[in-house]
Amino acid sequence: MATLTKQRIGSVLAKQGILIAFAVFMIAFTIANPKFLSVDNLFSVVRSSAILGVMALGVTFVVISGNLDLSVGSMMSFSTIVVLDLHDKIGPLLAIPAMFAMTLGLGAFIGFLVGYLRLNSLIVTLGMLSAIHGLTLTYSGGQNMDIADKEGTWFSAFGQGTALGVPVPILIFIAVAVFLGAVLSKTAFGRKVYAVGGNGTAATFSGIRRARTVFTCYLISAACVATAGLIQASRSMGSQNTVGQGLELEVLAAVILGGASLLGGSGTIFKAVIGVLILGFIQNGLLLLGLQFYVQFVVTWVIIILAVWLDIAAKRGKLWSPIA
Amino acid sequence: MQQGTLSKALKSGAIWGFIAFELVFFSVAGEFLSLSDKAFMDFDNMLLLLKQSAPIGIIAMGMTIVMVNGNIDLSVGATFAIAAIILLESMTWPIFAALGDWVIPVAWLLALTAGTLLGALNGLIVWKTGVDAFIVTLGSMLGFRGIVFMFNGENPTSHLNWTLVDFAEAEFLGLATASWVLLAVTLVIWFVMSRTVHGRNAYAIGDNREAAVNAGIRVGPHMMINFAIIGFLAALSAVVFYSESGSVNPNDGQLYELWVITAVVLGGTKITGGAGSVIGTFGGVIAIQLLRKGLGHIGADTSTVNLVIGLILIAVLFLDRQLNVKGKEELKV
Repeated sequence: MATLTKQRIGSVLAKQGILIAFAVFMIAFTIANPKFLSVDNLFSVVRSSAILGVMALGVTFVVISGNLDLSVGSMMSFSTIVVLDLHDKIGPLLAIPAMFAMTLGLGAFIGFLVGYLRLNSLIVTLGMLSAIHGLTLTYSGGQNMDIADKEGTWFSAFGQGTALGVPVPILIFIAVAVFLGAVLSKTAFGRKVYAVGGNGTAATFSGIRRARTVFTCYLISAACVATAGLIQASRSMGSQNTVGQGLELEVLAAVILGGASLLGGSGTIFKAVIGVLILGFIQNGLLLLGLQFYVQFVVTWVIIILAVWLDIAAKRGKLWSPIA
Repeated sequence: MQQGTLSKALKSGAIWGFIAFELVFFSVAGEFLSLSDKAFMDFDNMLLLLKQSAPIGIIAMGMTIVMVNGNIDLSVGATFAIAAIILLESMTWPIFAALGDWVIPVAWLLALTAGTLLGALNGLIVWKTGVDAFIVTLGSMLGFRGIVFMFNGENPTSHLNWTLVDFAEAEFLGLATASWVLLAVTLVIWFVMSRTVHGRNAYAIGDNREAAVNAGIRVGPHMMINFAIIGFLAALSAVVFYSESGSVNPNDGQLYELWVITAVVLGGTKITGGAGSVIGTFGGVIAIQLLRKGLGHIGADTSTVNLVIGLILIAVLFLDRQLNVKGKEELKV
């Protein structure tokens, strides 16, 4: 009886561990510095997490389908540069759909390689990381992009505006999260994504078109990247070619923190959002504690490994790996 | 059976064929496009190429072992930066002031020890927790880089020791120190992989971990040793490079993991483990450096280099799949 309760506590801890950790962090930071829980601070954290967050939502689909996407960082640089460049050439109304179309084109290319040609997604997106970076540099000629007339355009609304007192990036993040959350948990397509990631062969035998599902996941990821690029461009109104460099790994860290398995088949949009918020609040909380900015990376390292470790420890019922 | 050997020969030869193609292509294209009169296949140019390959190449040898073993290490760039800082910083510590130039081997030893320990730490975590190496090293990549930044903020760490620079720039039989180190590391790792029990076990574990366990191979210690080796080699790469340059930026080594993995995959190592060769990796390293140099030679800028390398990596993956048509048992969907 006692062991049973123990096991139950263990499994609850493991299943909801990330939520518990989140709560503990929030309480600890609030006690340490009351400013932490102020509305201003909360808004500023979520707003600065929105770009990373929107990208993480798309990558969640890719990861659940059993693949990886390391190209989102350099793809985000691409869409930011493209939309800034086109803004002055054809106006914001046309620039935004044109940028989305180009980014989706890149996503479709990756989706074709991974979905239909069944190439290893880690290597394909690693190659695309480099290739898209080259494409961006070629497009911009290595120059920074700036919007000439920063005052006379409504383009700044996506990154800097507020609606009903809430910053627009937060609203976009919430809207995309709610929409994709519904797609993943309420539609047939969402169930197919889990099926393909959980057991691709079984999914194929039950009549799911694996290639098409994976392809669509990469399209979703690309659409999220384009949205993130739009927020980034609108927030800064000018950008370097390397604005998204390294983001792919932070995005992946957030998705993994949210409990998605890299083997595919598990993870949710809600937990991915929690993963993003944990990263954002840790960064903010450590700064409010007066610690150096870079301490957050070390803390993130420890948290990622602990989170994944506890998760798999609960699944195998043993803390330590059985590997001899 | 025969087709198997044929495709095997094709695969192991492919990287050298690609290098030959690059040499011919850039020589011919250089005649028309190059701004300089110097021929691309100039002997000195090739020696310089070998030297420039060293920082990536030395790490790539370690990555070959780790990938053959069925793991991956994303933290090598950050380990590289930590080792570089320890190398340059420790030479200025007052406790070593009395040593004079004997501080150099001490600094080397400290940097190499740090790299080995960081690698072993990765390996220990992979072994004991059972968390996938991709996640463990993704985390430590962030963590190690954080440590680098905590040390000196955004500022570079510099210390120039002329004895050290002279050593790094010295040439022996026409080859620079860095080239010798690269060749020596290649030879040693080749020996370990093809002539020792540890090497054979690394292949066995990468090919089929269950079977390896059943055969009584202790999987964990082998993985840890391999991570320690790649940590050591990342530090060695830093020692070779920063002995000459004498200044390290906190961002140095970023994206090295991507270059290294690209070289290893080009050289024919399977990302899922169990297959790959050190000589192939050496070919992959040379092929990438040739591509960078060659594209520069015909007047292309860095953007084209990135584009071409990315697409070649994907093309290699595609060709590799076509050459290994197992297809029959696989579902065509």
